[in-house]
Amino acid sequence: MSAHLKQDQPDDRNVLDSTAQGIIGEPLTRPDGLLKVTGTATYSAEYDIENCLEGVLVTAPFAKGTVTSIDESSVTDMPGVIAVISDQRMTPRAIQGTAGEAPITGVCKVDYWGQPIALVVAETFEEARNAAKHLVIEYDADDDAVFDPQAVEPKPDDDPTRQGDLASAMSDAAHSVDVEYDTEGHASAAMEPHAAIAEWDGDTLTVHASLQMLNYNISELADAMELEESKVRLIARYVGGGFGSKLGISQEIVAGSVAAMELGRPVRVVMSRQQVFQNVMRRSETTQRLRLAVDSEGKLTAFGHEALVSNLPEEDFVEPVLQSSHFLYAGENRLLESKTARIHLMTAGSVRAPGEAVGMPVLEAAMDELANEVGIDPIKLRLNNIPEEHPATGLPFGSHKLAECLKQGAKAFGWDSGPRKPRQNREGEWWIGTGMASAARVHNVGEAKARVTLQPDGTALIETDMTDIGTGTYTILGQIAGEMVGLPQDSVLTELGDTRFPRGPGSGGSWGAASAGSAVFLACEALREEIADKVGQPVDTLTFKDGVVSWDGGSSSLADVAGDEALAKEGHYEPGDIAEDYTAASFGAFFTEVAVNRWTGETRVRRMTGAFGFGRVLNAKTARSQCLGGMVWCIGSALTESLLFDPTDGHLANCDLAEYHVPVNRDVPELEVIMVEERDPVGSPIQAKGVGELGMCGGAGAIGNAIYNACGARLRSFPMTPDKVLAAMPDD
Amino acid sequence: MPLKINNHPYDLPGDPRVSLLDFIRREAGLTGTKKGCDHGQCGACTVIVNGKRINSCLTLAVMHDGDEVTTIEGLGTPTEPSALQQAFVEHDGYQCGYCTPGQICSATAMLDEIAAGMPSDATDDVSGAPTLTDEEIRERMSGNLCRCGAYPNIVAAIREVAGAAS
Ligand code: FES
Ligand code: FES
Repeated sequence: MSAHLKQDQPDDRNVLDSTAQGIIGEPLTRPDGLLKVTGTATYSAEYDIENCLEGVLVTAPFAKGTVTSIDESSVTDMPGVIAVISDQRMTPRAIQGTAGEAPITGVCKVDYWGQPIALVVAETFEEARNAAKHLVIEYDADDDAVFDPQAVEPKPDDDPTRQGDLASAMSDAAHSVDVEYDTEGHASAAMEPHAAIAEWDGDTLTVHASLQMLNYNISELADAMELEESKVRLIARYVGGGFGSKLGISQEIVAGSVAAMELGRPVRVVMSRQQVFQNVMRRSETTQRLRLAVDSEGKLTAFGHEALVSNLPEEDFVEPVLQSSHFLYAGENRLLESKTARIHLMTAGSVRAPGEAVGMPVLEAAMDELANEVGIDPIKLRLNNIPEEHPATGLPFGSHKLAECLKQGAKAFGWDSGPRKPRQNREGEWWIGTGMASAARVHNVGEAKARVTLQPDGTALIETDMTDIGTGTYTILGQIAGEMVGLPQDSVLTELGDTRFPRGPGSGGSWGAASAGSAVFLACEALREEIADKVGQPVDTLTFKDGVVSWDGGSSSLADVAGDEALAKEGHYEPGDIAEDYTAASFGAFFTEVAVNRWTGETRVRRMTGAFGFGRVLNAKTARSQCLGGMVWCIGSALTESLLFDPTDGHLANCDLAEYHVPVNRDVPELEVIMVEERDPVGSPIQAKGVGELGMCGGAGAIGNAIYNACGARLRSFPMTPDKVLAAMPDD
Repeated sequence: MPLKINNHPYDLPGDPRVSLLDFIRREAGLTGTKKGCDHGQCGACTVIVNGKRINSCLTLAVMHDGDEVTTIEGLGTPTEPSALQQAFVEHDGYQCGYCTPGQICSATAMLDEIAAGMPSDATDDVSGAPTLTDEEIRERMSGNLCRCGAYPNIVAAIREVAGAAS
């Protein structure tokens, strides 16, 4: 039996606020924690599978052209080598999130430097790696590959938003800014490299793979391998970070599957760190123009945000830079337009918070320039311009906590709302300054199914193919079920990451918790109904707590209610028409203090406060960790992270963790996270929204604004590396 | 002499190209030690060899004849975790968990380095005994990347255990 809800209406019943168990939202530790800290949580490449071969990908040393021959005999006599696979079912590109169909196949045609073109399979990793290095290939490289997005004519993406007359609003305004910014490309750089072990038993293909969205991935792989979905099983119980790079199946999964089916033995393929960098999704670099104008009261009259991004030919994905600009601030004269240049760098795709991760910092830097121009407190400028409704569609917000976040964050940080001038505060060779920014991120949900079973022993089992990529899914799903059916955390077992379970949206776009959580919630509602039936009492008179269901005049243990048979219910959540009537989004605010070195241009973030409203907090510990992670990413994208492609041959020059600089421990000060109480009835039936990405949607702008406030260098280029800061620093 | 991992003896591999990391993960089947980069750039493969932390991807197994290696599995188990392992759980000093074994092995040996008086870039007076400030922890743990960004919680976990010990 299943419980189905297509959400067409807001749900303001707030059921989880009237339950008795009292664990929802509590900062419980993760049930998978002890496995992770003792090295006993098993990630995809780590399954001990008998007779397993090792595959190593061979990649193209040129950016565009055709592989004309692969001389298998150059390696087949080497010790341990079993085969060279260059089957046309193999995919040259990682597939975009939620594609749900086969990626582009055929690896002979090369479209970017480092594209996989073959797989060498051997008995041991050392043998495969050595043979892969010596494989002789011949190719014709084209000489017309373009790597610079500015060097081609870009094509417009969707229809631009045009309201009123931006140009005259700009020229009539009391104050305005018209500025151009650029942001460099980013890598997800999840700590676990992409990895797969494929097994073929002659009937079914089973793949342990590091993936975020199994429900889509199974369709992608089945399609690529020309198998029925029922003949494919994907398993991803632990995923060592995703950040968008594991949304769709990637090259090693298809290559390993082809090899396993051809060779009749299991095959493990793990990408090297360099291959991950060169192959699996870059965030596009962007060029953005902001035109903002205010009247004498500090109300926005013009709002223009234009973006240029890039991708390979044939890719549908466009970095959605303007996503939150559509609704964050008012302003009746609007222009929002995005264009894409087609170039031959690796696939551009989702990297944590696609769109807002680069659109928001630039918008918030331009807002800071505007506040400076007007001479008002930057917080006030934002508070002045929070729209009542979506400025283009006119749809109301289900809930909107930007103002609270700005106020609570400012208070906690100790924001000085007095007049702001740069270069006021110096400690030795360090300029000290502060900056702030708003945070915003669209809210997404997806169709989700989950099964909750009340076992004869009175414990509960949750099963769904949803993944936990570090986000805390194991924890929060257990809390939702425990809260609903009245069980402590250790009486609920959560099983994830297997396509044999009811299927859902997976992890991506911050939609996992609200979507899969709602499916668990619905299953539990059905379970409560059934329990009510069994005890012969109306469900709304029951209290569920600590494994006992009680009512006025009686009680029963859940084990007794279950009897000898397990009671299983499937919850099925579907997003409905609600998006046609409401806007849902998460909001927040960042405040930071930085020190900028007068002589080296180095910037150190000294402290940072983030205040966020993302609906119901399901677990205050794991939600806080998501916010922390986002804020760490703000530091990286503000100061150090930048994909650097060689302009002559298009290869990624900094394709490892020594040269692509993610923040290290000492780059990160104490971070303060404030979670603003909110229930969003539009967000989901559990009133929760996404949190995984919000923490990085704007914070890099706060850091840039603080650099200006500290030393007077107004940089219009992220990341703000020491060389750029020094060049822009005014003389003493 | 055999190589010892968590007090269990292993014969050295026949193939001299096998890194200590791959030997631990494959031959010994101890997959708690992670491979994040294979180039000494991330710290996920940190293990303790004869009491000192090293990146096990940067050394060959055959170079460790007679050495004593401790991996994350040797520090504690789910039923008997070490104090640091428990503190990482309490403080949510991880998210995806992939860098975590390396963080914990690194922190375990790092606390011994402080106790032995080894200075770092964050030490104000390198001639004196270092005190365990947050800045010392951050500096000494900067060889262990965490892309999930759990650093503040990692520092909190280490601070708690070090504070309890001192
Ligand atoms: S795997 Fe050894 S340092 Fe990264
Ligand atoms: S917990 Fe994911 S990289 Fe540290």
